[in-house]
Amino acid sequence: MSVRVLRLFLLLALACAARAEIPLAERRSGYEDMGRETRAMQDDDATNPATLWVLDGESLWQRKEGAAARACADCHRDARDSMKGVAARHPAFDAATGKLLNLEQRINGCRVERQQAKPFAYESRELLALTVFVARQSRGMPIAVESSERTKPFLEAGRATFRRRQGQLNLACVQCHDERAGRRLAGTVIPQAHPTGYPIYRLEWQGLGSLHRRMRNCMAGIRAEPYALGAPEFVELEMFLMWRARGMRLETPGVRP
Amino acid sequence: MARVVVNLPQRARRGEIIEIRTLAGHGMETGFRRTQLGELIPRDIITRFTCSYNGVEVFRAELHPAMAANPLIAFSTVATESGTLEFRWTGDNGFSATHSASITVD
Amino acid sequence: MTTRRQFLILAGGAAVSGAVEAQLPPNIEALRKAALAEAVRKVTGDAQVRRGKVKLDLPPLIDNGNTVPLSVDVESPMTSADHVRAIHVFTEKNPQPYVISAHLGPRAGRARISTRARIADTGTVLAIAQMSDGSFWSDSVNVVVTLSACLEDGLI
Repeated sequence: MSVRVLRLFLLLALACAARAEIPLAERRSGYEDMGRETRAMQDDDATNPATLWVLDGESLWQRKEGAAARACADCHRDARDSMKGVAARHPAFDAATGKLLNLEQRINGCRVERQQAKPFAYESRELLALTVFVARQSRGMPIAVESSERTKPFLEAGRATFRRRQGQLNLACVQCHDERAGRRLAGTVIPQAHPTGYPIYRLEWQGLGSLHRRMRNCMAGIRAEPYALGAPEFVELEMFLMWRARGMRLETPGVRP
Repeated sequence: MARVVVNLPQRARRGEIIEIRTLAGHGMETGFRRTQLGELIPRDIITRFTCSYNGVEVFRAELHPAMAANPLIAFSTVATESGTLEFRWTGDNGFSATHSASITVD
Repeated sequence: MTTRRQFLILAGGAAVSGAVEAQLPPNIEALRKAALAEAVRKVTGDAQVRRGKVKLDLPPLIDNGNTVPLSVDVESPMTSADHVRAIHVFTEKNPQPYVISAHLGPRAGRARISTRARIADTGTVLAIAQMSDGSFWSDSVNVVVTLSACLEDGLI
């Protein structure tokens, strides 16, 4: 077979293997790619290890903090009411600053401005506990981040990152998570990568962690220099991923391999 | 991080077998892991779990490094009488956690 | 700082004692099998261990070896006269063979425990039930452990 024909054949094969954005109806949460027993771990609050952090978050919600000696509960009362739907619509546009803020940044913003306390470090136990406690209040609700003129630049930036080849392996997110989702990588099913359960209890970490931490693992996987936790690139990517998962139900706290 | 979660019914019929599910927040460091510099990270695990029912031990478990972090221990016991169930976790480096739960048995 | 002499002694001694050493010995498979047999013997003495009565339930294909849900269910009336005294779980391929030893009795009502184990590698997981009449029954499952994709920085 001539080289030219071979190249054509290869291109054709690649074109068939690759596919565009996942159709909305065909989206599946990473939950469905896990074994029965791991799913059971997530389903039962009594045995979901993330419950340990949710309870810590519940305590923190009540704790008076900072120079203002104010607890979250002092302004927001019962989180089950006031925080319902909040996680489902974050990251969100902050009109005051013109910035895009994710849930962790929103919580820290409140700490600094309203409680006059120091912000919690990203991925600290306290921030994870509060975030999972707040996000838990949106469990079962459809993901619904704002897609409008003012969020468009962030969504576009996030989409560009999702499609950009990076790292020594020169891979883009889209190649695994859009084009090859459902197939296997070293024995594990490649998920479509919808952030439906964050913060998650990742079995690999044997602990609770944020979406940014998980994405740092992805970037380490393709041998790219990972963005810093809380970096604007990550928040934009998070925004895009949440938009890509629009309508899917939030499962926080999720359990994932 | 010494938090525990214990799940059991508050009420049961005499003779009924009740399910008890417990979760303990603990890293369960195996003692087999090494740092990036090759130094062994010392073992730090929960080694023992007991459940007492009105002062009588009804369940006991010895845990080893092969237990996952944030260990789940689920077991059952017969609801014999109303009273208190005491749960106790002990381990390396003086680790100790306890939890009490009341049960009404009619 | 270990000298070469110290290291050789350590390695030699470790091969005998089965302790953790700096480098894995070439006969690790045999060592681990021996450690498992020794652990079982410690529990059962010289008694015969028969297959049956015990049902060890864990996923044949494991999502992540760090946290593997497992449960052991033993057929028993759980009366004073006839009950399960203890349930022991072992693994074949871990650095040490023990997982959990649960002590029950007639007050348990049901001889069933659930927990989560760490399973290092594809191999056998073994559950042994010790009955009140001194007999031992077992079940074993072969599991396949896969590696997670995309790990933390600095890990292989």
